[in-house]
Amino acid sequence: MQQIIYFFQKFKYFLFFIFLEIIALAFTFNNLNFQKSKFINSANSITGGIYSTISNTSEYFNLKEQNALLAEENNRLKNLLQKQNSIVNTADSIVIDSLKYYQKYIYTVAKINKNEYSKAFNFLLINKGSNQGIGKEMAVINSKGIIGITENTSSGYTRVQSILNRNSKINARLKNNFYFGTLQWDGKDYNTVQLHDIPRQAPLKIGDTIETGGKSTIFPEGIPIGTISKINQRNTVDNKVDITLFNDMSNLGYVYVIKSLDKTEIRTLQATENE
Amino acid sequence: MNKTLNNGLLFVFLLLLQVFVLNNIKFSGFINPYLYIAFVFLYPLKENRFAFLFLSFLLGLCIDFFSDSGGIHAFSTLCIAYLRLFFVKIYFRKLPADYPFFNLRSEAFGKVFNYVVTLTVIHHLIYFSFINFSFQNITMVLLNTLYSSIFTLILFFSGTYIFTKSQ
Repeated sequence: MQQIIYFFQKFKYFLFFIFLEIIALAFTFNNLNFQKSKFINSANSITGGIYSTISNTSEYFNLKEQNALLAEENNRLKNLLQKQNSIVNTADSIVIDSLKYYQKYIYTVAKINKNEYSKAFNFLLINKGSNQGIGKEMAVINSKGIIGITENTSSGYTRVQSILNRNSKINARLKNNFYFGTLQWDGKDYNTVQLHDIPRQAPLKIGDTIETGGKSTIFPEGIPIGTISKINQRNTVDNKVDITLFNDMSNLGYVYVIKSLDKTEIRTLQATENE
Repeated sequence: MNKTLNNGLLFVFLLLLQVFVLNNIKFSGFINPYLYIAFVFLYPLKENRFAFLFLSFLLGLCIDFFSDSGGIHAFSTLCIAYLRLFFVKIYFRKLPADYPFFNLRSEAFGKVFNYVVTLTVIHHLIYFSFINFSFQNITMVLLNTLYSSIFTLILFFSGTYIFTKSQ
């Protein structure tokens, strides 16, 4: 007993140091785990509130760019509407039954309060939370392309796992055919992401457009991602393609959060299939 | 009492400076100074060591809360806080009896420079290795450590220069 007390006396600072380091490590590992990250994140009311005050003031500096972005998107949507009209007008026997209309996705507008892109595991903070119906694993996009997946919600704020996060894996495919692969990031350049495991027989050209594949339950089909910038010529196992993003991830303003209404249905179906 | 208040103010000031100003610099995309570790250099040696270790841990954890990095800042700050005494012994050749009178400002610049550079590089190396969390981009880790350390050191020394002049 005397020995033990003496031991604690001698190494009390070291033991305290080790104890605190273990706590810090536990926080670190929990944060890297997508399912478990609960404790240390900026989606709580204190840090979220402070970040929202700051972004409210700094928002004025890039109003011009945001306006241009909105006008561009309006233009695209109006063109789409015109196309739709012309199809409806030329084929006179189309019946639109409003009872059969079935909504698959709900869109919510949110503002980015905190953006980061320089680390290997990047997270964003948006100003909508569970009070506005936002939950885990919903898609986050803007008018130019994909941004990330929601991860952690408090009542008023949500943390988003950016596509510039080494844990992020998103199903993506070529726009002109249906070959698909997995979108990942190697942590180097924030303008370039990598498409892995695309079949070798897929006809790839530099400049081809990549979009979301719709094979995951999170992202709707056909959201633009970027264009191919470099093709790996050697025949490696992991057929890797570099993709330049449409989005400038260092300059983001308003985003849309997409809630998929079919998600639980698809998930239960897949769960029974596995048994 | 005055001393405690001083340390508390230093804590809050460094936290706010780091989170709201320095974390947004991102010089050429990724280089950030981490000046908050000045708390470890400036906290007096004679104070209770438990309190000092805990405060360094807390400062790191507060910065983690804002920058979504788990417990990485807490880990690296606590590490240099623990190693501080060891380097004080090596560089300044002090005995435990000298600790109450130890003051960074009254020491020779060369010794202070060595001391601060060593602790800064250790902190940044641990921080960037954990942030990267793999052996893939090891050159990036080393480059980040080098550039950010230079940035932090310039800010620290210019800061101490300015504040000692004004007194």
